[in-house]
Amino acid sequence: MKITFTINGARKTVEARPCEPLLDVLRREGYKGAKFGCGQGFCGACTVLLDGEPVNSCLLLAGLVEGREITTIEGIGGVDRLHPIQEAYLDAGAVQCGYCTPGLVLATKALLDRNADPGDGEIREALDGNYCRCTGYVKIVDAVKLAAERMKGTGG
Amino acid sequence: MSGERRFSEVGRERRRIDGIGLVTGAALYTDDHDMPGMLAAKVLRSPHAHARIVSIDASRARALAGVRAALTWEDVPRVAFTGAGQGCPEPSPYDKFILDRKVRFVGDEVAAVAAETSEIAEKALTLIRVEYEPLEPIFDPRESMRPGAPVIHDEPEWEIPIPVEMDPRRNLCGRADVTIGDMARGFAEADLVLEAEYENQYAQHVANEPHITISWLDAQNRLVILSSTQVPFHVRRIVARALQIPVKRIRVIKPRIGGGFGSKQDIVTEPICAALTLATGRPVRLQLTREEVFASSRTRHPTSTRLKTGIRRDGALTAIEMECLQTAGPYGTHGLTVLTNTGSKILPLFRCPNVRFNAWSVYTNQSQGGAYRGYGGTQSGLAVNIQMDEMARAIGMDPPDLYRKLHIREGEGSPVFEALGEGAEGHAMTIGSCGLASCIDIAVRESGWAGKRNRPGEGRFRRGIGMAVMMQGSSIPKIDMASCSIKMNEDGSFNLLCGATDIGTGSDTVMAKIAAEVLGVRTDDVIVHSSDTDLTPFDVGAYASSTTYLSGMAAMRCAEKVAAQIRAVAAEMLEEAADGIALRDGKAVGAGGEVTLARVGSRSLYEKDQHQIAAFASAFSDQSPPPFSAHTAEVEVDTETGLVRVVRYVTATDCGVAVNPLLAEGQAEGAALNGISYALSERYIYNAKGRLLNASFGTYGVYFMKDLPEMRTFLVPTYEPSGPFGAKSIAEVCINGPCPAISNAIFDAVGLRLRRPPYTPETVWRALRSQTP
Ligand code: FES
Ligand code: FES
Repeated sequence: MKITFTINGARKTVEARPCEPLLDVLRREGYKGAKFGCGQGFCGACTVLLDGEPVNSCLLLAGLVEGREITTIEGIGGVDRLHPIQEAYLDAGAVQCGYCTPGLVLATKALLDRNADPGDGEIREALDGNYCRCTGYVKIVDAVKLAAERMKGTGG
Repeated sequence: MSGERRFSEVGRERRRIDGIGLVTGAALYTDDHDMPGMLAAKVLRSPHAHARIVSIDASRARALAGVRAALTWEDVPRVAFTGAGQGCPEPSPYDKFILDRKVRFVGDEVAAVAAETSEIAEKALTLIRVEYEPLEPIFDPRESMRPGAPVIHDEPEWEIPIPVEMDPRRNLCGRADVTIGDMARGFAEADLVLEAEYENQYAQHVANEPHITISWLDAQNRLVILSSTQVPFHVRRIVARALQIPVKRIRVIKPRIGGGFGSKQDIVTEPICAALTLATGRPVRLQLTREEVFASSRTRHPTSTRLKTGIRRDGALTAIEMECLQTAGPYGTHGLTVLTNTGSKILPLFRCPNVRFNAWSVYTNQSQGGAYRGYGGTQSGLAVNIQMDEMARAIGMDPPDLYRKLHIREGEGSPVFEALGEGAEGHAMTIGSCGLASCIDIAVRESGWAGKRNRPGEGRFRRGIGMAVMMQGSSIPKIDMASCSIKMNEDGSFNLLCGATDIGTGSDTVMAKIAAEVLGVRTDDVIVHSSDTDLTPFDVGAYASSTTYLSGMAAMRCAEKVAAQIRAVAAEMLEEAADGIALRDGKAVGAGGEVTLARVGSRSLYEKDQHQIAAFASAFSDQSPPPFSAHTAEVEVDTETGLVRVVRYVTATDCGVAVNPLLAEGQAEGAALNGISYALSERYIYNAKGRLLNASFGTYGVYFMKDLPEMRTFLVPTYEPSGPFGAKSIAEVCINGPCPAISNAIFDAVGLRLRRPPYTPETVWRALRSQTP
């Protein structure tokens, strides 16, 4: 079946099998920043933004995104133009293996878009769906705060 | 501290050199590689814990449209090997075949299929007919040692390639028995003897990226293996043996890796994937499902430890006797070496004249043990640190004071280093750096220890604080080897190629910084590539906390060789002696003048006496300097529900000079949180037939962000004289603290002595209820 949606600001029509998870479609289309960690909705490695909200693309049927807006990590910043959140993750030392990082950066983006100055509790709440084994999360919380700090007054 | 120097790159905060690719999703992990015509592989797994395959028929699977190969034990070489990614000859038994006619745990490999799609491959698995003869399984390691117990490995090909005590007829796959001093006298001299049993549980590494391999044949009919591995060179050697093809026909490429923690130090997906490529001539992708990762990859070995210590009133230890029974699981990967490390990673830490370590590793029909961050240190750290707390209370001494009195110091050795090594005898070693005293001081101060100990409070929620200290090593002495090459470019930048395997640890950055320090350039002037067995020089890989210390040493030596060549060219250009020329700020600086490295590089490639400035260097060590760490856990126990909450966790770690402090802290924090969730919630639950029931993120018990306690991380600077720029290691040591520190804190809060993690609400609640009021 054909599905049409907006991805990273551009309209796109793709071919998908019925019941195919969005993650598989995105990866086939070259959006490799969304990762497979469990396929069961637990780890958040496959996080993308659907109309600005983080979702686990491994559980979301591709057919359901018809007409909607998807943001993947590729839409946040590129190697030649990092987003301040990505800069903050690097400066705070919040990246080790990086497998969780695209999902976390997206979840952070969604958080900061609705709350420019989140407290510790709000950060933990918002990112609780994104598993990271490497960092112990400490520096991820630091990164979110650093990003919020730097983005203040820039309008995001 | 003696030997301490100021560095321009080492010890300075620098962004990790590979960071941009990681935060943008541009970095390619194994699964991000598309190969034209790639087949999907799936593995048929055993429903039985122990069974013989009477007959197996894959013909219907092969006949299914879209199936390109279906392999059973009849289709693969009958060659025993070990999946343990260790140096050669391995201290692990050759007790595994690519596919076998016997299965030894639920989830063991029975057959493998490659098909055009993963759906077809799944379908094909259901068409394979297997007739099993179920055998009596063994789940309890004590049962496994019983005379007349079922034999898990009865294959005649079984072999252990080094001379150690193992006996498959007795299910024995590891043994150590070492005595130092006179135990009877030691215990006789004690004022007090304590004895108890401790036991750690199974655990999985739960790296975010599941095990995955892609393999194909290149234009020269060579087998290329792209794999999520910590040990590319061991993969090459072991796959060559398993498939009976020459090493030279294999190329192993390590792309970005999504975490390992020891789980990818083993050869897990590579042999089957490669066998399917050889069978089909096509690219094949084999990725484990998360359930397979839990049920069928590797775990931490459970170990039951009986510990007996003799102590005098003044806190001096007179004797330590440690008896360990380790569950190896169905295959002996790392069983013996984790066993000996269970002794060697803690016993040298405390001064004690009389020590016995007596230990067994045995086969069982449950999950397969393997390397896991901590590598035995977790098992024994649990027992010894809890017993230290018990002893401190018994003699009325504060645990930090007891630790201060007993711990090994700079300039001291321990007979244990010599007696106990990697599965065999070890090597004498003198401690060149030890900051443990400061670690203890910092942990005590930052945790507010004095105001919190022995103050549980009243009512439903009680608070307590506990401590643990630990050490690890830095590489395996006289076994591990690391090497690298560096070449210079015309703009004064360098390419550093290394077999050191960055699996997310930041080791590429560490290598770059060390080389940059020697070459007098900035870290980002060093372009690192790791690792590809065709291109990069040998390195044993990412394990045994070896990379910063050993691979870093190779980088340092290699850079020194390159620096000498640069000085020689610069000497000609400056018309002065090479000896007096220093490399700094991207320049070669002499007494009378200076020249940029870009000029040196350009001249050597294009202008005069043209040659490539380049070098190789290797590193090998007879030392394994331990990093040290002291932890405190402050907990709150809900006496009504049994829920234990860690309020604050403090780690203070001596890793020598931290080459990149943020990365080093990240290692400490990641390891500590992994240890905390292991202490409180991670576990394996089996049914009576040996099937793992909680093989998922949702039920296994890893921690997410909301579970994070307040964590304080401190690095205690020391200078390790044998390490590159004073560095030791930090990757593993901190995982060993939480199990005992939290147990000791629970005792402080509610008077419960818990010796078997995880301390779940249920176990704590039950124990509280059975406490005498
Ligand atoms: S892969 Fe989607 S939540 Fe784990
Ligand atoms: S950095 Fe490895 S899982 Fe988060």
